[in-house]
Amino acid sequence: MASPFTAPPIHLEQLRLEDAQALLSRDAHLALPPTDSPQEFLQCVIDGLCELSQKDPLTGLSNRRQFNAVLERTIDSVARSGDPALLLMIDIDHFKKVNDQYGHHAGDLVLKAVGDALATCVRPMDTVARFGGEEFSIVMPNCHTYFGSTIGERIRETLQALRISIGIGVEISITVSVGGAYAPEWVRSTAALWIERADLQLYQAKSNGRNQVRLDTQQEIFVSAEEKNMLFGHLALGEPAWIEGVNHDAAAAAMGQRV
Amino acid sequence: MADVSTPSADLAQNASVPLKPLGKVVAVTSGKGGVGKTFVSANLAAALARRGMRVLVLDADLGLANLDVVLNLYPKITLHDVFTGKAKLEEAIIRAPGGFSVLLAGSGMVEYSRLTPEVRDDFLRIMNGLVPHYDIVLLDTGAGISDVVLFAVSLASEVIVVATPEPTSLTDAYATIKVLVGQQKRQVVRMVINQTARLGDGRAITVQLQQVLDRFVATDPTRPIKLVHMGDIPADPAVRQAVMRRQLLTLSMPGSPAAMAIGQLAQKVQDTVVPR
Repeated sequence: MASPFTAPPIHLEQLRLEDAQALLSRDAHLALPPTDSPQEFLQCVIDGLCELSQKDPLTGLSNRRQFNAVLERTIDSVARSGDPALLLMIDIDHFKKVNDQYGHHAGDLVLKAVGDALATCVRPMDTVARFGGEEFSIVMPNCHTYFGSTIGERIRETLQALRISIGIGVEISITVSVGGAYAPEWVRSTAALWIERADLQLYQAKSNGRNQVRLDTQQEIFVSAEEKNMLFGHLALGEPAWIEGVNHDAAAAAMGQRV
Repeated sequence: MADVSTPSADLAQNASVPLKPLGKVVAVTSGKGGVGKTFVSANLAAALARRGMRVLVLDADLGLANLDVVLNLYPKITLHDVFTGKAKLEEAIIRAPGGFSVLLAGSGMVEYSRLTPEVRDDFLRIMNGLVPHYDIVLLDTGAGISDVVLFAVSLASEVIVVATPEPTSLTDAYATIKVLVGQQKRQVVRMVINQTARLGDGRAITVQLQQVLDRFVATDPTRPIKLVHMGDIPADPAVRQAVMRRQLLTLSMPGSPAAMAIGQLAQKVQDTVVPR
Protein backbone atom coordinates (compact mmCIF):
# COMPACT_ATOMS: atom_id res chain seq x y z
CA MET A 1 0.00 0.00 0.00
CA ALA A 2 1.56 3.28 -1.06
CA SER A 3 1.81 5.82 1.67
CA PRO A 4 0.27 9.17 0.76
CA PHE A 5 3.51 10.77 1.85
CA THR A 6 5.78 9.06 -0.65
CA ALA A 7 5.42 9.89 -4.31
CA PRO A 8 5.33 6.91 -6.67
CA PRO A 9 8.65 6.29 -8.44
CA ILE A 10 9.08 7.90 -11.83
CA HIS A 11 9.80 5.62 -14.77
CA LEU A 12 11.26 7.77 -17.49
CA GLU A 13 10.70 5.08 -20.11
CA GLN A 14 6.95 5.29 -19.51
CA LEU A 15 6.88 9.02 -20.32
CA ARG A 16 6.71 10.36 -23.83
CA LEU A 17 9.65 12.73 -23.76
CA GLU A 18 10.81 12.49 -27.38
CA ASP A 19 9.23 15.77 -28.49
CA ALA A 20 10.51 17.65 -25.47
CA GLN A 21 14.02 16.24 -25.91
CA ALA A 22 14.05 17.04 -29.61
CA LEU A 23 12.84 20.56 -28.92
CA LEU A 24 15.47 21.12 -26.28
CA SER A 25 18.39 19.80 -28.26
CA ARG A 26 17.34 21.58 -31.44
CA ASP A 27 16.12 24.95 -30.16
CA ALA A 28 17.83 25.35 -26.83
CA HIS A 29 21.00 23.40 -27.64
CA LEU A 30 20.60 21.94 -24.21
CA ALA A 31 22.49 18.79 -23.28
CA LEU A 32 20.30 16.88 -20.85
CA PRO A 33 21.94 15.14 -17.89
CA PRO A 34 22.16 11.33 -17.72
CA THR A 35 18.92 9.58 -16.89
CA ASP A 36 20.12 7.75 -13.76
CA SER A 37 18.45 10.43 -11.62
CA PRO A 38 14.94 10.71 -13.10
CA GLN A 39 14.10 13.65 -10.90
CA GLU A 40 17.15 15.65 -11.94
CA PHE A 41 16.56 14.72 -15.56
CA LEU A 42 12.93 15.83 -15.50
CA GLN A 43 13.77 19.02 -13.66
CA CYS A 44 16.23 19.80 -16.41
CA VAL A 45 13.62 19.09 -19.11
CA ILE A 46 11.06 21.28 -17.35
CA ASP A 47 13.54 24.12 -16.80
CA GLY A 48 14.60 23.91 -20.42
CA LEU A 49 11.02 24.04 -21.67
CA CYS A 50 10.17 26.96 -19.40
CA GLU A 51 13.20 28.79 -20.72
CA LEU A 52 12.16 28.07 -24.28
CA SER A 53 8.62 29.23 -23.66
CA GLN A 54 9.92 32.62 -22.60
CA LYS A 55 12.25 33.27 -25.51
CA ASP A 56 11.84 34.64 -28.95
CA PRO A 57 13.29 31.93 -31.23
CA LEU A 58 14.89 34.32 -33.71
CA THR A 59 16.59 36.85 -31.48
CA GLY A 60 16.92 34.89 -28.24
CA LEU A 61 15.37 37.85 -26.42
CA SER A 62 12.37 37.54 -24.10
CA ASN A 63 9.22 36.88 -26.04
CA ARG A 64 5.88 38.59 -25.65
CA ARG A 65 4.77 36.14 -22.95
CA GLN A 66 7.79 36.82 -20.76
CA PHE A 67 7.55 40.53 -21.49
CA ASN A 68 3.95 40.62 -20.26
CA ALA A 69 4.87 38.78 -17.08
CA VAL A 70 7.75 41.17 -16.37
CA LEU A 71 5.54 44.17 -17.09
CA GLU A 72 2.88 43.00 -14.64
CA ARG A 73 5.48 42.31 -11.98
CA THR A 74 7.05 45.73 -12.50
CA ILE A 75 3.68 47.45 -12.19
CA ASP A 76 3.15 45.67 -8.87
CA SER A 77 6.52 46.70 -7.54
CA VAL A 78 6.14 50.29 -8.73
CA ALA A 79 2.78 50.54 -6.98
CA ARG A 80 4.33 49.31 -3.75
CA SER A 81 7.74 50.93 -3.78
CA GLY A 82 7.20 54.03 -5.88
CA ASP A 83 10.51 53.40 -7.62
CA PRO A 84 10.29 54.76 -11.13
CA ALA A 85 10.25 52.22 -13.97
CA LEU A 86 10.65 52.94 -17.65
CA LEU A 87 9.13 51.13 -20.61
CA LEU A 88 10.74 51.71 -23.99
CA MET A 89 9.24 50.68 -27.31
CA ILE A 90 11.76 50.53 -30.14
CA ASP A 91 10.89 50.16 -33.78
CA ILE A 92 13.29 49.72 -36.69
CA ASP A 93 12.77 52.50 -39.22
CA HIS A 94 11.78 51.43 -42.74
CA PHE A 95 12.30 47.76 -41.95
CA LYS A 96 10.08 46.77 -44.83
CA LYS A 97 12.61 48.25 -47.24
CA VAL A 98 15.29 45.90 -45.86
CA ASN A 99 13.05 42.93 -46.49
CA ASP A 100 12.01 44.12 -49.92
CA GLN A 101 15.49 45.03 -51.04
CA TYR A 102 17.62 42.26 -49.52
CA GLY A 103 15.14 39.49 -48.73
CA HIS A 104 13.76 38.05 -45.55
CA HIS A 105 16.96 36.34 -44.52
CA ALA A 106 18.65 39.73 -44.40
CA GLY A 107 15.67 40.99 -42.43
CA ASP A 108 16.18 38.22 -39.90
CA LEU A 109 19.87 39.08 -39.60
CA VAL A 110 18.96 42.70 -38.94
CA LEU A 111 16.46 41.70 -36.25
CA LYS A 112 19.09 39.52 -34.56
CA ALA A 113 21.72 42.24 -34.73
CA VAL A 114 19.35 44.82 -33.34
CA GLY A 115 18.35 42.46 -30.53
CA ASP A 116 22.00 41.82 -29.63
CA ALA A 117 22.80 45.53 -29.73
CA LEU A 118 19.81 46.45 -27.56
CA ALA A 119 20.91 43.96 -24.93
CA THR A 120 24.29 45.69 -24.69
CA CYS A 121 22.68 49.10 -24.13
CA VAL A 122 20.94 48.27 -20.85
CA ARG A 123 21.57 46.72 -17.46
CA PRO A 124 21.37 42.96 -16.82
CA MET A 125 18.29 43.59 -14.65
CA ASP A 126 16.39 45.09 -17.57
CA THR A 127 14.22 42.93 -19.80
CA VAL A 128 14.75 43.28 -23.53
CA ALA A 129 11.96 41.65 -25.48
CA ARG A 130 10.86 41.25 -29.05
CA PHE A 131 7.42 42.76 -28.92
CA GLY A 132 6.48 41.59 -32.38
CA GLY A 133 7.62 42.11 -35.96
CA GLU A 134 10.35 44.74 -35.99
CA GLU A 135 9.24 46.21 -32.69
CA PHE A 136 11.23 45.66 -29.50
CA SER A 137 10.53 46.66 -25.96
CA ILE A 138 12.61 47.14 -22.83
CA VAL A 139 11.31 47.13 -19.27
CA MET A 140 13.65 48.99 -16.94
CA PRO A 141 12.75 48.73 -13.28
CA ASN A 142 14.20 51.24 -10.88
CA CYS A 143 15.22 53.66 -13.60
CA HIS A 144 15.18 57.25 -12.48
CA THR A 145 13.32 59.78 -14.56
CA TYR A 146 16.36 61.85 -15.43
CA PHE A 147 18.10 58.84 -17.00
CA GLY A 148 15.31 58.13 -19.46
CA SER A 149 16.40 60.33 -22.33
CA THR A 150 20.05 59.36 -21.87
CA ILE A 151 19.19 55.70 -22.26
CA GLY A 152 16.89 56.38 -25.18
CA GLU A 153 19.60 58.37 -26.96
CA ARG A 154 22.22 55.73 -26.19
CA ILE A 155 20.03 53.14 -27.87
CA ARG A 156 19.34 55.35 -30.84
CA GLU A 157 23.03 56.20 -31.35
CA THR A 158 24.25 52.65 -30.81
CA LEU A 159 21.89 51.30 -33.42
CA GLN A 160 22.64 54.08 -35.86
CA ALA A 161 26.34 53.24 -35.61
CA LEU A 162 25.70 49.51 -36.05
CA ARG A 163 26.97 47.94 -39.26
CA ILE A 164 25.04 44.79 -39.99
CA SER A 165 26.63 42.24 -42.28
CA ILE A 166 23.93 40.59 -44.38
CA GLY A 167 26.18 38.80 -46.82
CA ILE A 168 29.79 38.67 -47.98
CA GLY A 169 30.89 42.25 -48.31
CA VAL A 170 27.38 43.62 -47.82
CA GLU A 171 26.84 45.78 -44.77
CA ILE A 172 23.80 47.84 -44.07
CA SER A 173 22.88 50.27 -41.35
CA ILE A 174 19.52 51.09 -39.87
CA THR A 175 17.98 53.62 -37.54
CA VAL A 176 15.34 53.19 -34.86
CA SER A 177 12.60 55.27 -33.32
CA VAL A 178 12.16 55.07 -29.59
CA GLY A 179 9.09 55.86 -27.51
CA GLY A 180 9.06 55.61 -23.74
CA ALA A 181 6.83 56.05 -20.74
CA TYR A 182 7.35 55.79 -17.01
CA ALA A 183 5.02 53.71 -14.92
CA PRO A 184 2.94 56.12 -12.87
CA GLU A 185 4.55 56.06 -9.47
CA TRP A 186 2.54 54.77 -6.55
CA VAL A 187 -0.33 53.98 -8.84
CA ARG A 188 -1.34 50.48 -9.79
CA SER A 189 -1.75 50.99 -13.48
CA THR A 190 -2.39 48.35 -16.09
CA ALA A 191 0.04 46.86 -18.59
CA ALA A 192 -2.23 47.90 -21.46
CA LEU A 193 -2.27 51.56 -20.38
CA TRP A 194 1.47 51.64 -19.90
CA ILE A 195 2.16 50.12 -23.31
CA GLU A 196 -0.33 52.51 -24.85
CA ARG A 197 1.48 55.52 -23.42
CA ALA A 198 4.87 54.30 -24.65
CA ASP A 199 3.39 53.40 -28.05
CA LEU A 200 1.94 56.86 -28.40
CA GLN A 201 5.42 58.32 -27.94
CA LEU A 202 6.81 55.87 -30.47
CA TYR A 203 4.13 56.91 -32.92
CA GLN A 204 5.08 60.55 -32.40
CA ALA A 205 8.76 59.77 -32.91
CA LYS A 206 7.84 58.05 -36.18
CA SER A 207 5.56 60.74 -37.47
CA ASN A 208 8.07 63.40 -36.52
CA GLY A 209 10.66 61.99 -38.91
CA ARG A 210 11.98 58.78 -37.26
CA ASN A 211 15.46 58.14 -35.81
CA GLN A 212 14.55 59.91 -32.60
CA VAL A 213 13.56 59.38 -28.98
CA ARG A 214 10.30 60.54 -27.44
CA LEU A 215 9.45 60.14 -23.78
CA ASP A 216 6.16 60.63 -22.03
CA THR A 217 6.79 63.63 -19.83
CA GLN A 218 5.28 62.86 -16.49
CA GLN A 219 4.29 65.37 -13.95
CA GLU A 220 7.81 66.43 -13.01
CA ILE A 221 8.19 67.90 -9.60
CA PHE A 222 11.60 69.17 -8.94
CA VAL A 223 12.82 69.79 -5.43
CA SER A 224 16.28 71.35 -5.64
CA ALA A 225 19.17 70.52 -3.37
CA GLU A 226 18.86 74.01 -1.95
CA GLU A 227 15.25 73.41 -1.01
CA LYS A 228 16.04 70.01 0.47
CA ASN A 229 18.87 71.51 2.45
CA MET A 230 16.55 74.07 3.92
CA LEU A 231 13.89 71.45 4.56
CA PHE A 232 16.03 69.14 6.60
CA GLY A 233 19.64 70.02 6.04
CA HIS A 234 20.02 70.46 9.77
CA LEU A 235 19.36 66.74 10.19
CA ALA A 236 22.66 65.98 8.50
CA LEU A 237 24.37 68.75 10.42
CA GLY A 238 23.41 67.17 13.69
CA GLU A 239 21.14 69.94 14.85
CA PRO A 240 17.73 68.37 14.48
CA ALA A 241 15.02 70.90 15.11
CA TRP A 242 12.15 68.59 15.85
CA ILE A 243 13.76 65.21 16.45
CA GLU A 244 15.45 66.60 19.53
CA GLY A 245 12.47 68.73 20.35
CA VAL A 246 14.57 71.86 20.70
CA ASN A 247 13.28 75.38 20.90
CA HIS A 248 11.57 75.91 17.58
CA ASP A 249 12.07 79.61 17.43
CA ALA A 250 15.79 79.11 17.92
CA ALA A 251 15.80 76.47 15.22
CA ALA A 252 13.87 78.72 12.90
CA ALA A 253 16.26 81.55 13.62
CA ALA A 254 19.21 79.29 12.90
CA MET A 255 17.65 78.32 9.58
CA GLY A 256 17.10 81.96 8.78
CA GLN A 257 20.75 82.78 9.41
CA ARG A 258 21.96 80.04 7.12
CA VAL A 259 19.79 81.41 4.37
CA MET B 1 -24.59 73.97 -3.17
CA ALA B 2 -22.22 76.91 -3.41
CA ASP B 3 -22.44 77.27 0.33
CA VAL B 4 -18.84 78.24 0.65
CA SER B 5 -16.84 80.79 -1.22
CA THR B 6 -14.23 78.89 -3.07
CA PRO B 7 -10.84 80.54 -2.69
CA SER B 8 -9.70 79.38 -6.08
CA ALA B 9 -12.35 80.61 -8.45
CA ASP B 10 -9.66 81.33 -11.01
CA LEU B 11 -9.12 77.60 -11.34
CA ALA B 12 -11.43 77.64 -14.30
CA GLN B 13 -8.79 79.52 -16.26
CA ASN B 14 -6.29 76.76 -15.75
CA ALA B 15 -6.73 74.33 -18.60
CA SER B 16 -5.28 71.42 -16.66
CA VAL B 17 -7.75 71.88 -13.83
CA PRO B 18 -10.95 73.15 -15.34
CA LEU B 19 -13.09 72.47 -12.32
CA LYS B 20 -14.46 74.52 -9.53
CA PRO B 21 -13.85 72.95 -6.14
CA LEU B 22 -16.88 71.91 -4.15
CA GLY B 23 -17.59 73.26 -0.69
CA LYS B 24 -17.63 70.75 2.15
CA VAL B 25 -15.22 68.55 0.23
CA VAL B 26 -11.85 67.99 1.87
CA ALA B 27 -9.10 66.10 0.09
CA VAL B 28 -6.71 64.11 2.23
CA THR B 29 -3.49 63.59 0.34
CA SER B 30 0.22 63.02 0.87
CA GLY B 31 3.33 63.14 -1.21
CA LYS B 32 4.70 59.76 -0.31
CA GLY B 33 2.72 56.59 0.19
CA GLY B 34 2.68 54.74 3.45
CA VAL B 35 2.44 57.79 5.71
CA GLY B 36 -0.97 56.84 7.07
CA LYS B 37 -3.16 58.85 4.75
CA THR B 38 -5.96 56.32 4.65
CA PHE B 39 -5.59 55.69 8.37
CA VAL B 40 -6.07 59.41 8.98
CA SER B 41 -9.02 59.67 6.57
CA ALA B 42 -10.89 56.75 8.11
CA ASN B 43 -10.28 57.65 11.73
CA LEU B 44 -10.90 61.34 11.17
CA ALA B 45 -14.20 60.38 9.55
CA ALA B 46 -15.14 58.31 12.59
CA ALA B 47 -14.16 61.13 14.95
CA LEU B 48 -16.19 63.63 12.95
CA ALA B 49 -19.16 61.26 12.91
CA ARG B 50 -18.81 60.99 16.67
CA ARG B 51 -19.17 64.75 16.82
CA GLY B 52 -22.55 64.38 15.17
CA MET B 53 -21.59 65.14 11.61
CA ARG B 54 -22.80 63.34 8.54
CA VAL B 55 -19.58 62.17 6.93
CA LEU B 56 -18.79 60.47 3.65
CA VAL B 57 -15.36 59.09 2.77
CA LEU B 58 -14.76 58.57 -0.90
CA ASP B 59 -12.01 56.35 -2.20
CA ALA B 60 -10.64 58.89 -4.62
CA ASP B 61 -7.70 56.65 -5.45
CA LEU B 62 -10.00 54.87 -7.86
CA GLY B 63 -9.85 51.49 -6.25
CA LEU B 64 -6.20 51.55 -5.38
CA ALA B 65 -6.57 52.97 -1.90
CA ASN B 66 -6.53 50.68 1.07
CA LEU B 67 -9.74 52.08 2.47
CA ASP B 68 -11.48 48.73 2.10
CA VAL B 69 -8.60 47.06 3.92
CA VAL B 70 -8.48 49.59 6.74
CA LEU B 71 -12.23 49.38 7.27
CA ASN B 72 -12.46 45.66 6.57
CA LEU B 73 -15.25 46.24 4.07
CA TYR B 74 -15.78 44.35 0.87
CA PRO B 75 -18.98 45.64 -0.69
CA LYS B 76 -20.56 43.91 -3.67
CA ILE B 77 -21.47 47.21 -5.28
CA THR B 78 -18.90 49.94 -5.80
CA LEU B 79 -18.45 53.20 -7.65
CA HIS B 80 -17.30 51.15 -10.61
CA ASP B 81 -20.78 49.68 -10.93
CA VAL B 82 -22.24 53.18 -10.81
CA PHE B 83 -19.86 54.27 -13.58
CA THR B 84 -20.75 51.31 -15.72
CA GLY B 85 -24.45 51.81 -15.10
CA LYS B 86 -24.92 48.52 -13.26
CA ALA B 87 -26.04 50.09 -10.01
CA LYS B 88 -27.42 53.27 -8.56
CA LEU B 89 -25.25 55.60 -6.54
CA GLU B 90 -27.28 54.98 -3.38
CA GLU B 91 -26.58 51.27 -3.62
CA ALA B 92 -22.83 51.79 -3.63
CA ILE B 93 -22.74 53.88 -0.46
CA ILE B 94 -22.16 51.72 2.58
CA ARG B 95 -22.06 52.27 6.30
CA ALA B 96 -18.62 51.98 7.88
CA PRO B 97 -18.07 50.77 11.45
CA GLY B 98 -17.32 54.30 12.66
CA GLY B 99 -20.80 55.59 11.87
CA PHE B 100 -19.93 57.28 8.62
CA SER B 101 -20.62 56.47 4.99
CA VAL B 102 -18.12 55.12 2.52
CA LEU B 103 -18.05 54.99 -1.23
CA LEU B 104 -15.44 52.55 -2.47
CA ALA B 105 -14.24 52.75 -6.02
CA GLY B 106 -13.90 49.07 -6.83
CA SER B 107 -10.96 47.50 -8.56
CA GLY B 108 -12.25 48.10 -12.07
CA MET B 109 -11.95 51.84 -11.61
CA VAL B 110 -8.29 51.79 -12.47
CA GLU B 111 -9.41 51.71 -16.08
CA TYR B 112 -10.73 55.19 -15.52
CA SER B 113 -7.44 56.56 -14.35
CA ARG B 114 -6.81 57.99 -17.79
CA LEU B 115 -9.31 60.65 -16.88
CA THR B 116 -10.88 61.37 -20.19
CA PRO B 117 -13.21 64.38 -20.20
CA GLU B 118 -16.16 61.96 -19.97
CA VAL B 119 -14.74 60.35 -16.84
CA ARG B 120 -14.17 63.76 -15.29
CA ASP B 121 -17.73 64.77 -16.06
CA ASP B 122 -19.14 61.54 -14.64
CA PHE B 123 -17.06 61.93 -11.53
CA LEU B 124 -18.07 65.53 -11.09
CA ARG B 125 -21.73 64.69 -11.61
CA ILE B 126 -21.51 61.99 -8.95
CA MET B 127 -19.78 64.35 -6.54
CA ASN B 128 -22.39 67.01 -7.15
CA GLY B 129 -25.10 64.55 -6.29
CA LEU B 130 -23.38 63.41 -3.13
CA VAL B 131 -22.22 66.59 -1.50
CA PRO B 132 -25.61 68.03 -0.45
CA HIS B 133 -26.35 64.95 1.64
CA TYR B 134 -23.36 65.31 3.95
CA ASP B 135 -21.82 67.80 6.32
CA ILE B 136 -18.40 66.86 5.02
CA VAL B 137 -17.00 64.65 2.27
CA LEU B 138 -13.44 63.38 2.71
CA LEU B 139 -11.57 62.36 -0.41
CA ASP B 140 -8.97 59.72 0.34
CA THR B 141 -6.69 60.35 -2.61
CA GLY B 142 -3.85 58.28 -3.93
CA ALA B 143 -0.29 58.97 -2.95
CA GLY B 144 2.07 60.80 -5.22
CA ILE B 145 1.11 63.36 -7.78
CA SER B 146 -0.71 61.57 -10.54
CA ASP B 147 -3.43 62.99 -12.72
CA VAL B 148 -5.99 61.17 -10.62
CA VAL B 149 -4.71 62.68 -7.40
CA LEU B 150 -4.60 66.18 -8.81
CA PHE B 151 -8.05 65.76 -10.24
CA ALA B 152 -9.44 64.51 -6.94
CA VAL B 153 -7.79 67.33 -5.02
CA SER B 154 -9.10 69.85 -7.54
CA LEU B 155 -12.63 68.85 -6.56
CA ALA B 156 -12.04 69.81 -2.95
CA SER B 157 -12.33 73.22 -1.38
CA GLU B 158 -9.79 72.28 1.26
CA VAL B 159 -6.79 70.03 1.23
CA ILE B 160 -5.09 68.24 4.09
CA VAL B 161 -1.58 66.96 3.44
CA VAL B 162 -0.49 64.11 5.68
CA ALA B 163 3.25 63.68 6.23
CA THR B 164 5.58 62.01 8.67
CA PRO B 165 8.76 63.57 10.05
CA GLU B 166 10.91 61.44 7.73
CA PRO B 167 12.94 63.43 5.20
CA THR B 168 11.53 61.47 2.24
CA SER B 169 7.99 62.13 3.37
CA LEU B 170 8.72 65.82 3.92
CA THR B 171 10.32 66.21 0.51
CA ASP B 172 7.33 64.60 -1.16
CA ALA B 173 4.85 66.59 0.91
CA TYR B 174 6.72 69.75 -0.04
CA ALA B 175 6.69 68.75 -3.72
CA THR B 176 2.95 68.07 -3.51
CA ILE B 177 2.31 71.46 -1.96
CA LYS B 178 4.36 73.09 -4.69
CA VAL B 179 2.17 71.50 -7.34
CA LEU B 180 -1.03 72.40 -5.51
CA VAL B 181 0.12 75.98 -5.28
CA GLY B 182 1.41 76.12 -8.84
CA GLN B 183 -1.31 74.24 -10.69
CA GLN B 184 -4.36 74.75 -8.56
CA LYS B 185 -3.44 78.19 -7.24
CA ARG B 186 -4.11 77.10 -3.71
CA GLN B 187 -3.08 79.46 -1.00
CA VAL B 188 -4.13 77.47 2.03
CA VAL B 189 -2.86 73.97 2.65
CA ARG B 190 -3.56 72.15 5.90
CA MET B 191 -0.96 69.89 7.47
CA VAL B 192 -1.29 66.80 9.64
CA ILE B 193 1.97 65.32 10.84
CA ASN B 194 1.65 61.64 11.61
CA GLN B 195 3.96 59.51 13.74
CA THR B 196 5.59 62.33 15.61
CA ALA B 197 8.05 61.50 18.38
CA ARG B 198 7.36 64.44 20.68
CA LEU B 199 4.82 67.07 21.37
CA GLY B 200 5.42 70.07 19.15
CA ASP B 201 7.36 68.17 16.50
CA GLY B 202 4.56 68.52 13.99
CA ARG B 203 4.23 72.25 14.45
CA ALA B 204 7.99 72.64 14.03
CA ILE B 205 7.82 70.69 10.78
CA THR B 206 4.98 72.85 9.49
CA VAL B 207 6.97 75.98 10.39
CA GLN B 208 9.95 74.56 8.55
CA LEU B 209 7.89 73.74 5.45
CA GLN B 210 6.34 77.21 5.58
CA GLN B 211 9.77 78.82 5.58
CA VAL B 212 10.95 76.84 2.59
CA LEU B 213 7.72 77.64 0.74
CA ASP B 214 8.07 81.34 1.55
CA ARG B 215 11.57 81.36 0.21
CA PHE B 216 11.21 79.24 -2.91
CA VAL B 217 7.55 79.11 -3.88
CA ALA B 218 5.58 82.08 -2.58
CA THR B 219 7.59 84.62 -4.49
CA ASP B 220 4.58 86.77 -5.29
CA PRO B 221 3.87 88.85 -2.16
CA THR B 222 0.28 89.38 -3.25
CA ARG B 223 -0.26 85.61 -3.23
CA PRO B 224 1.10 84.30 0.04
CA ILE B 225 0.86 80.61 0.85
CA LYS B 226 -0.43 79.66 4.25
CA LEU B 227 0.27 76.28 5.78
CA VAL B 228 -2.15 75.62 8.61
CA HIS B 229 -0.98 73.16 11.19
CA MET B 230 -4.02 71.01 11.97
CA GLY B 231 -2.38 68.65 14.40
CA ASP B 232 0.10 65.95 15.22
CA ILE B 233 -0.65 62.28 15.61
CA PRO B 234 1.95 60.79 17.92
CA ALA B 235 3.73 57.55 17.09
CA ASP B 236 1.68 55.06 19.05
CA PRO B 237 1.88 51.25 19.16
CA ALA B 238 -1.92 51.20 19.38
CA VAL B 239 -2.08 52.34 15.76
CA ARG B 240 -0.26 49.28 14.53
CA GLN B 241 -2.43 47.06 16.66
CA ALA B 242 -5.61 48.58 15.29
CA VAL B 243 -4.34 48.39 11.71
CA MET B 244 -3.36 44.74 12.13
CA ARG B 245 -6.76 43.92 13.59
CA ARG B 246 -8.33 46.01 10.86
CA GLN B 247 -10.25 48.08 13.32
CA LEU B 248 -10.63 51.81 13.56
CA LEU B 249 -8.33 53.09 16.25
CA THR B 250 -10.84 55.67 17.39
CA LEU B 251 -13.31 52.84 18.08
CA SER B 252 -11.12 50.06 19.38
CA MET B 253 -8.71 52.13 21.47
CA PRO B 254 -10.31 55.54 21.95
CA GLY B 255 -8.07 56.32 24.92
CA SER B 256 -4.80 55.80 23.07
CA PRO B 257 -2.65 58.90 22.46
CA ALA B 258 -3.10 58.67 18.68
CA ALA B 259 -6.89 58.33 18.98
CA MET B 260 -7.02 61.34 21.30
CA ALA B 261 -4.97 63.32 18.80
CA ILE B 262 -7.38 62.37 16.02
CA GLY B 263 -10.25 63.54 18.23
CA GLN B 264 -8.55 66.93 18.55
CA LEU B 265 -7.92 66.99 14.83
CA ALA B 266 -11.63 66.33 14.21
CA GLN B 267 -12.55 69.24 16.44
CA LYS B 268 -10.19 71.51 14.57
CA VAL B 269 -11.55 70.32 11.23
CA GLN B 270 -15.09 70.95 12.40
CA ASP B 271 -14.21 74.39 13.71
CA THR B 272 -12.09 75.64 10.84
CA VAL B 273 -12.74 73.66 7.69
CA VAL B 274 -16.41 72.85 7.59
CA PRO B 275 -18.48 75.78 6.41
CA ARG B 276 -21.43 76.70 8.53
